[in-house]
Amino acid sequence: MQPTKAPRRPAHLWNWLGVVPFFLFAALFLILPTMQIVLGAFRSPDGGLTLANLRGLFTPNIMASYMISIKISLASAIMGCVIGFCIAAAVTLGGLPRWIRGPLLTFSGVASNFAGVPLAFAFLATLGRLGLVTIVLRDWFGVNLYATGFNILSFWGLTLVYLFFQIPLMILIITPALDGLKREWKEAALILGATGPQYWRMIALPILFPALLGTFALLFANAFGAVATAIALTGSSLSIVPILLFAQIRGDVLGDPGLGYALAFGMIVVTGVANAVYVWLRARSERWMK
Amino acid sequence: MNRVWSWLALGVGLLYFFLPLLGTLEFSLRKRKGEYSLDAYTAVFADPAFRATLGYSVGMALLTIVFGVLLVVPTAYWVRLKLPRLRPWVEFITLLPLVIPAIVIVFGYIRLYNTSSFLPLTGSASGTNLLLMFGYATLALPYMYRAVDTGLRTIDIGTLTEAAQSLGAGWVTILGRIILPNVLVAVLSGAFLTFAIVIGEFTLAALLNRPAFGPYMQLLGANKAYEPAALAVIAFAITWACMGLIQLVTRFSNHTRVNA
Repeated sequence: MQPTKAPRRPAHLWNWLGVVPFFLFAALFLILPTMQIVLGAFRSPDGGLTLANLRGLFTPNIMASYMISIKISLASAIMGCVIGFCIAAAVTLGGLPRWIRGPLLTFSGVASNFAGVPLAFAFLATLGRLGLVTIVLRDWFGVNLYATGFNILSFWGLTLVYLFFQIPLMILIITPALDGLKREWKEAALILGATGPQYWRMIALPILFPALLGTFALLFANAFGAVATAIALTGSSLSIVPILLFAQIRGDVLGDPGLGYALAFGMIVVTGVANAVYVWLRARSERWMK
Repeated sequence: MNRVWSWLALGVGLLYFFLPLLGTLEFSLRKRKGEYSLDAYTAVFADPAFRATLGYSVGMALLTIVFGVLLVVPTAYWVRLKLPRLRPWVEFITLLPLVIPAIVIVFGYIRLYNTSSFLPLTGSASGTNLLLMFGYATLALPYMYRAVDTGLRTIDIGTLTEAAQSLGAGWVTILGRIILPNVLVAVLSGAFLTFAIVIGEFTLAALLNRPAFGPYMQLLGANKAYEPAALAVIAFAITWACMGLIQLVTRFSNHTRVNA
């Protein structure tokens, strides 16, 4: 006969069992695939350790791709932050009717998720060569948009398109932070003789600064990893890093697999740095928000 | 003065967001020469590939939601109840998909689960479907986890669990009949967001070669003029419906809670 009662296992071991599925899933479909890329970037075709793959990144073409990707991400993140901040501030602090807030936040939720292929179609239909705005400008105002050098398939075109999901994301994240500014701070500053701009420059913006910069980092990573919008908009005429990597994965047999790993590794490094900044600044900003 | 600037900021914002939507709608009606018509929509709806790919993506979205709920609800519950020390780690992992671009993750999948690997998922169509579903669940993880975790914060899971246990309930009963109904609104919010993400997703489906709605839209965009605009209107309507449903269930739950 077996003993009727097995010796009780320590309670904490049993507790860990409950999170096994989650960690198993995360390991298989998040951590290991990423590790595969990171390790692959340092591995030569015969399995040895090498830096040749990473060295392959330092060609003028690939460096130019990283530069234009980083430039588009920076531009759309900066403009998204500034414009999103202005709209959020106008609605929370600018004395607009309160009912605007709800619809604005709902719309921001929709627009920040309206990315990818359909977003590209929307802008082609609006600012493309036969788009509504292009035609209205030409027929009603006599302005030929494309003669001014504007092209939707360009750096500024892509930045303009990315703003459609960057601005709403900024509004969604920064509105709670703006709500966290206590009215007493402004009153105290004004009683002590500060002007409105002084209050913003010396009180409000320093408090919001980490949140602003943190959101900026998130928007940057958001734009840097975006693939679908760019592909649907430009085909492959604008060679930003995600498009380059997409082509590399698609045409694996032709290309150099080591270079694919290195490209992907470079993307992880860039978005990783941006998000490390975000996490660090987020922790700092929350100290003031208690 | 202040108020003038506020209206100006809001007005410029509205113009920027409204014009592309108006432009798309107008463009989608232009297929017939010289007059507005719904021809582009008729053409899209008549395309068998449209129905097939949309159907595929809706199916994938539903599977992803079921899997995501089964994975996230027990984990978030268990971590809050028994392993609070682990919360920062779990949260960190759930945020990783926002850091690592989707194209990098799927590249890892292709390399890790190819036909000569320990788990050759890409070797068969059903295996690739499964891999794609896991990929979607990964993309949706940050949103799903945060929604469920926020929902769990508003209820006293410790007391509820003890009460259920003292009445003889097992873990499945507790999760399925106590915890899940209590965080249903949060789960539904996460579910609708997941749905919106999966329906239009392009990168994963394209690189895993599955016949999903995102790659179909891209293909149509490369070959047709007016149909893509009609598709964009349809996609926007789907996104809007998902967000509207989130608002609706949230408002509905507030309503019932006040009455109770």
